[in-house]
Amino acid sequence: MAEHLLDVRNLSVEFYTASGVVKAVRNISYHLDRGETLAILGESGSGKSVSSAAIMNLIDMPPGRITSGEIFLDGEDLLTMRPDERREVNGKRIAMIFQDPLSHLNPVYTVGWQIREAMTTHGLPKDAADAQAIRLLGRVGIPDPQAAMDKYPHQFSGGQRQRVMIAMALALRPDLLIADEPTTALDVTVQADVLALLKELQREIGMGVLIITHDLGVVAEIADRVVVMEKGALVESGTVREVYKNPKHPYTRRLIAAAPGKGVMHEGETQGEVLLSVRDVCKNYGAFQALKGVSFDLMAGQTLAIVGESGSGKSTLARVLLRLDEPDSGQAIWKGRDLFQLSPREIYRLRRDLQMVFQDPTQSLNPRMTVFQLVSEAWVIHPDILPRAKWRERVAELLQQVGLSPDHMRRYPHQFSGGQRQRIAIARALALEPRLIICDEAVSALDVSVQAQVIELLDKLRRQTGISFIFIAHDLPVVRDFADQVMVMQKGRIVELGGVRQIFEAPREPYTQALLAASLDPDPDVQAAHRARRA
Amino acid sequence: MSLSSTETDPALREEPSLGVRMGRMLLADKFALVAALFLVVMVILALVGPAWLGEEAVRQNLRGRNLAPFDWSRGWIWCMGADALGRPLFARIIVATQNTLMVAAGAVVLSAAIGTFLGLMAGFSSPRISQIIMRLADVIMSFPSLLIAVIVLYLLGSSIVNLMVVLSITRIPVYLRTTRAEVLEIRERMFVQAARVMGASSNRILFRHILPIVFPTLTTLATLDFAYVMLAESALSFLGIGIQPPDITWGLMISQGRQYLTNAWWLSFWPGLAIILTTLSLNLLSNWLRIALDPVQRWRLEMKEPANG
Repeated sequence: MAEHLLDVRNLSVEFYTASGVVKAVRNISYHLDRGETLAILGESGSGKSVSSAAIMNLIDMPPGRITSGEIFLDGEDLLTMRPDERREVNGKRIAMIFQDPLSHLNPVYTVGWQIREAMTTHGLPKDAADAQAIRLLGRVGIPDPQAAMDKYPHQFSGGQRQRVMIAMALALRPDLLIADEPTTALDVTVQADVLALLKELQREIGMGVLIITHDLGVVAEIADRVVVMEKGALVESGTVREVYKNPKHPYTRRLIAAAPGKGVMHEGETQGEVLLSVRDVCKNYGAFQALKGVSFDLMAGQTLAIVGESGSGKSTLARVLLRLDEPDSGQAIWKGRDLFQLSPREIYRLRRDLQMVFQDPTQSLNPRMTVFQLVSEAWVIHPDILPRAKWRERVAELLQQVGLSPDHMRRYPHQFSGGQRQRIAIARALALEPRLIICDEAVSALDVSVQAQVIELLDKLRRQTGISFIFIAHDLPVVRDFADQVMVMQKGRIVELGGVRQIFEAPREPYTQALLAASLDPDPDVQAAHRARRA
Repeated sequence: MSLSSTETDPALREEPSLGVRMGRMLLADKFALVAALFLVVMVILALVGPAWLGEEAVRQNLRGRNLAPFDWSRGWIWCMGADALGRPLFARIIVATQNTLMVAAGAVVLSAAIGTFLGLMAGFSSPRISQIIMRLADVIMSFPSLLIAVIVLYLLGSSIVNLMVVLSITRIPVYLRTTRAEVLEIRERMFVQAARVMGASSNRILFRHILPIVFPTLTTLATLDFAYVMLAESALSFLGIGIQPPDITWGLMISQGRQYLTNAWWLSFWPGLAIILTTLSLNLLSNWLRIALDPVQRWRLEMKEPANG
């Protein structure tokens, strides 16, 4: 039998937790050859990271326990190795890059020191390691590698930090690279570059790449083969194209169907009553200009999507409109009054009309309050909306409206999944019966299938109640099925503003075109065509 | 991140009243239960002690000076031995409970309340007010606390109330700084922003959203401070400005027994044990309280069997 570079056989991992034994990974097998890229696709809780943690010996035992299976690297079983042999393998033969490079780089050492350390611990002399580190930094595309050696992680941008992590991982020319959600924290345009770099380096070194992701687009872009995991079990495997074109397991089918950007686009009518009219809003943080004169109109009952990469000022705009931050100049006319001139008393009344749903529901819900308390807090603050006797009834109604059950009322946020928590946050926003809800990256922390559900819910609410939405996102496909108007922002300016059809089908500005081209399509054929066009 | 999603907890189907739940959770934690019982006994002793054993505690018996403990021939009251003037230690410890707990609890509650309030103010109001409060805390901290105590008690005269006030002043900065640091962190959290978007007033944000999160830290701090205050009070007594004989406190008993440590250890040992057991009980109880009040942790106490399966 031909030997694979990595061969995982019948691996099972359990964790002892409060609610009993959790079988995080159940009897999974996959293999990977040199020069090949295997993607492990799954949503949160699917166990996709656990199997790679087992390969790297990163599972805490206890509470974790590997109950069965073998992991062969070039025919040697990693699980039966002695700890000192294992240390020789980690870093040298298997390297790993993580989702969030900022938290995986030590902030008190220079980047050069950290790359050097990866090499000197495996026995390279210091000056050779130095030269190699500079060469690597240049190779991964860091400008002026000599100077970059003496910089600290915080002095780099997110994409550059991920490049530094890649340089560190590749320092010893490993046989196997494990990339755990390597581009999830990055902007779309940067994501495409980092993936392209990974591919290039793979060809150069000939290593096998195991990429763990929740994103079908990433799979289509980089992987040769894919295994799909659900709740700890491996449900499907095959080449990327096979799995995408002809998914066998219902879960895979659901996952592919949930990928955004396939539904019918809104027509984007421009007539109607203007609800909010924003003119020339500027906001500076010290010398940094976060917003440089932003103007737009929002019609009643419509959805305006604001799309931009990090640093584009989209979240600042939301905070300014909600008066969480004060703008430096500009106007926002709401019901004939300038929002920015309102007194604290008037702002308090404005809150009833203008609500917000935040990015991460885990953090935006107070962990010590029950769902009932969270939703009814709106009426404690604004006592004239609803008499106390009707609170229970109305909370039940709101929970049903967002797709939860009324007996969830007594539970605490931690007892819900991410998608359910975001539903609670939406119910809370609805409690005030607002005219406009600003969603700041409201679905970006959620799994793809949950994302689709939440967006559907928001669209349903818009149709039923006539609420307007300002929907902030960093990713264009997400807003495609939902928005009426799309506004693309870059560095505090509006690049392009238009109906959703116009933006997606005939983008005028080069930046919009670049964004559209950079966002990854789940279809491997489409993605291959994209790549061909870029090259 | 694959294991972070929590399974919904079936134990929460039926929800009894808060009192019943707290009671059940206390029964689930044996250490906390014993600690609570011990503290209840202590409070009862503090209430009835002086009336019950007040006379025995001050009656001298020069033939029984430094009587060793466990001498059962003389009667139960001598079970812990006697002090340098032949007064039964058992009776003295029980009588001292009242003064000790009053001073310590009073000082801790007072300093915690003032410190927390000022800390919330400093963390949440304008930079100027925050500056004023913090510099005030610096002044208190840079001033030797015993020196403040000596001056104040010299001016105002020594009484239990004055002692409480003095001891609490010196401990205010501890709570103030902790609270402020936590408030500065929590006020940036998303759920505080969410409350602000809903139009919540500053008071509501402070007392409904921030204080409950800071509270567990503060109770832990307060229980640790309990022991500190008891010993600080004995230091003042030793200097002659705290509680003075014939009144008794545990701290005072320890310092009185100090000169006999080599030949009669029990003089300091028993009151020391009382201090240790009291603070230990408070600590266990506050630890339990921290878990019982936290909805995320509460399952640890509501499970039928222990977690290590």
